[in-house]
Amino acid sequence: MKFSESPLLSRLVPPRRGRVLLLMLMGCFVALLARAFYLQTMRNDFLQQKGESRYSRVLELSATRGRILDRQGDVLAVSTPVKSVWAIPEDARLAPAGLRRLASILGTSARELTRILASDKDFVYLQRQVPPDVAARVEALRLPGIHQSREFRRYYPSGEVVAQLLGFTGVEDGGQEGIELAFDAQLAGKPGSRRVIKDRRGNIVEDVESIRSPREGRDIVLALDAKIQYMAYAAIRQAVEEHRAAAAGAVVLDAKTGEILAMANLPTYNPNNRGRLSGAQLRNRAVTDTFEPGSTLKPFTIALALDQERVRFDTPIDTRPGRLTIGNATISDSHPNGVLTVAQVIQKSSNVGAARIALGAQPEDMWGMFARLGFGEPLKLGFPGEAGGRLRPWQHWRPIEQATMAYGHGISVSLIQLARGYLAFARDGEILPLSLTRLDAPPPGGVQVFSVRTAREVRTMLEMAAGPEGTAPKARVPGYRVAGKTGTAHKLAGGRYAERYVASFVGFAPVSDPRLVVAVMIDEPTVGGYYGGQIAAPVFSRVMGGALRALGVRPDAPEQAVHEAPGGQSAPPAAGPAAIRISYPQRGLR
Amino acid sequence: MSLSAALRALPLHPRVLWAKLAAPIDPPLMAIVATLLACGMMVLASASADNPLRLVSQAGNLAVALTLMRIAAQIPPQGLMRLAPPVYVLAVLLLVAVALAGDVSKGARRWLNLGVARIQPSEIMKIAMPMMLAWYFQKREAMAAWHDFVVAALILLLPVGLIAKQPDLGTAVVVAATGLFAIFLAGLSWKLVVPVLAAAAAGVVLLVASGDSICRPEVDWPGLREYQKHRVCTLLDPGSDPLGKGFHTIQSTIALGSGAILGKGWMQGTQAHLEFLPERHTDFIFAVAGEEFGLVGGIALLLLYAALIGRGLMIAAGAPTLFARLLAASLALSYFAYAFVNIGMVSGILPVVGVPLPFVSYGGSALVALLLGVGILMSIQKHRMLVQK
Repeated sequence: MKFSESPLLSRLVPPRRGRVLLLMLMGCFVALLARAFYLQTMRNDFLQQKGESRYSRVLELSATRGRILDRQGDVLAVSTPVKSVWAIPEDARLAPAGLRRLASILGTSARELTRILASDKDFVYLQRQVPPDVAARVEALRLPGIHQSREFRRYYPSGEVVAQLLGFTGVEDGGQEGIELAFDAQLAGKPGSRRVIKDRRGNIVEDVESIRSPREGRDIVLALDAKIQYMAYAAIRQAVEEHRAAAAGAVVLDAKTGEILAMANLPTYNPNNRGRLSGAQLRNRAVTDTFEPGSTLKPFTIALALDQERVRFDTPIDTRPGRLTIGNATISDSHPNGVLTVAQVIQKSSNVGAARIALGAQPEDMWGMFARLGFGEPLKLGFPGEAGGRLRPWQHWRPIEQATMAYGHGISVSLIQLARGYLAFARDGEILPLSLTRLDAPPPGGVQVFSVRTAREVRTMLEMAAGPEGTAPKARVPGYRVAGKTGTAHKLAGGRYAERYVASFVGFAPVSDPRLVVAVMIDEPTVGGYYGGQIAAPVFSRVMGGALRALGVRPDAPEQAVHEAPGGQSAPPAAGPAAIRISYPQRGLR
Repeated sequence: MSLSAALRALPLHPRVLWAKLAAPIDPPLMAIVATLLACGMMVLASASADNPLRLVSQAGNLAVALTLMRIAAQIPPQGLMRLAPPVYVLAVLLLVAVALAGDVSKGARRWLNLGVARIQPSEIMKIAMPMMLAWYFQKREAMAAWHDFVVAALILLLPVGLIAKQPDLGTAVVVAATGLFAIFLAGLSWKLVVPVLAAAAAGVVLLVASGDSICRPEVDWPGLREYQKHRVCTLLDPGSDPLGKGFHTIQSTIALGSGAILGKGWMQGTQAHLEFLPERHTDFIFAVAGEEFGLVGGIALLLLYAALIGRGLMIAAGAPTLFARLLAASLALSYFAYAFVNIGMVSGILPVVGVPLPFVSYGGSALVALLLGVGILMSIQKHRMLVQK
């Protein structure tokens, strides 16, 4: 640095200035050196790792979600690969013409695309889950900065028919409702991963190593039978339209195995196009909604009395004068019936008769029966929001409550719980755990709720109820002996019973060797009556008849015994073991 | 034998030609500049892996710039002095023309399309400014009074203002620095220098201390554009917007840091080659060098700049007239300004302003201006005795 002392410089420039400048220069160079030293030796590990994190990516290899199949192997839900179109806004400098063409292919406006591309992010989705032809046309445009990635879209071939049962997946392919959620662990599979080197545009430059190969999701084979499901759906749909009802549900159980063969709900939705959904459409009400079942509970009351040998099949019960006053409340029948046998209490659906029989039982015993039937507790099928219903502890029962519970008021159940309860009559007193999936082995042990004899006696009574002199002759199915019980329950609104009804029917067939249990519930019918025998029984008949034929169950009644008369009215039956004499169908009773 | 004799007989013997060509060249300066240029081309080759044609284009720029350097080296200081006012006026006029009819690129109006070539008049000002100030102080000899400094300040501020308006804050800063060096060396009173430096230091301290509050989006900075404010704020906290405004600094410090001591090797930088590093062939090329050649490469570059500046200052010290001395010193110091501002910005101690790394970054106008300056230094060195006689 001798030049700073050069005589020439010192003569022309005050030496102090030169020295100040040199000091400043050196200071600045030292600052740069120090910074470089700091970055490249002291912070080096940290920054190196940051650099690595920029290019080394663990790439997720998505596993294909398993399919959902019905018991015959028909596909109910399947994942199809689709493309999502995304962009790096900085790279996507599109000419107006290209932008317009892209917008028209994606079915959006150029202005909207411009708005999205104006983002200062490094990554924006332009459209997710586009159909293959759209993806191919976008690809063909070869626009800079526009990329595509593979995703899966869930497709439900059966659409609205099985919507609530199957549920659906979110845009990230995770189960959000129904079976999709309940069996998410099996369906989802495990995504694999690879380590790759990517440049800033996301192009893979080098494939480094495979960390884990993906494990594909497993298929789920449901107990559901798509054909029967469709029949159940079509039948409730027709009833809802005919009677302008608010909602409806139908459940079909295999009485031999406890498998759920069908579970239909209305209102419903199209799972392939979930634009605007209301909670009412989404609810799998057969499982999540409880209602006061009404008379469909009477058979249980009678069965308990038979079991405890308090009454016999033909014990006379005096229901006169069609009213029964307990405390300051009065129970009444819609038609006075006089003296009825126990069997006729079911057949005619007498509230007074059921109440009198129930009042002979200990509250504890009655509660115990309901609890063994699974009332008051969710079935734990794995669905979100499964309801247990209301079953108050017996210690607090007042006599009037015990009496009303005898005919299904002051207690609530879900449709699936109710259907399962009827397994006890269809299966000689035993109920089974229900299964959503197809059972390949015999079902696990059930619970014996009633004695075999009681169950058979009640079965006969229920066949009478569905007979010509019962409350639901419309429940009959040509060629098969049918047993079942109507229910017509007032709905509670704000703590009071309102002039709104739930019409229901639960039954099974063929009576000689019950194969199916069908439960039907029609909520708030407004046109054409509201009795279970009018509204729900025909639905039961259609579903039961169709399902029995679909399963190839051998008819146990002569084919000519029942035939359809013009206008859909059931003609008087000619025979049938429980049909004692010919009569015209009468109005159903509560 | 006969061939060499024949060659010797030719009036344009290669050796003679070479001697004529090399006559005004200052060997030490040329050696330093050539080394810098060679290093620069090597780094540029790595930074241009995505576009090899850029290297060819830069070689063309280099040929033009070296020719102009050779021409400048032949012009004696007296000639340079005569040229100073017209060159300065021309440069100012071109800047005005840019402001009125320049091409817009990346949001700034910096280029003037002359039909044959697109030029950046602000680059001409890098040479014209020290020439003009040196000429002015030469006219006043060393007896400059306070009003002479006012005139000098006006000579400085007019073009700096025009450049800053383009906006090109980086070039404005280095042109201003070049001029200020000249004014300082011409003997500006300490009474003015010290308070200004003190105020600047206080401003920086204040800025760093209050960075959180004044960088809030709703705070407007008088006289500065929104993006300029962001650059300063980003320097204070690059993590505040890692994908947006802090992106450049974060990526370049990562590049430098992951280079460590010895670097990843030529053409092996991931930040550069995987295109994470923005502006890697222009303003941020030092990060490419730092990533691939490490601390060692960075220090080597710094030493080359130090040698260049040192040689320039030696030439200044040997210069016989105030004009030559001021011109040489401020040119040498302008290289310092470019290098310091650029490397400081890349390594994250200065805000991001658009200043290329001298002799290394891609760009024709900048290279021409730099080598013209080198040519002038050579001329001053060669003519130091002639003038005295």
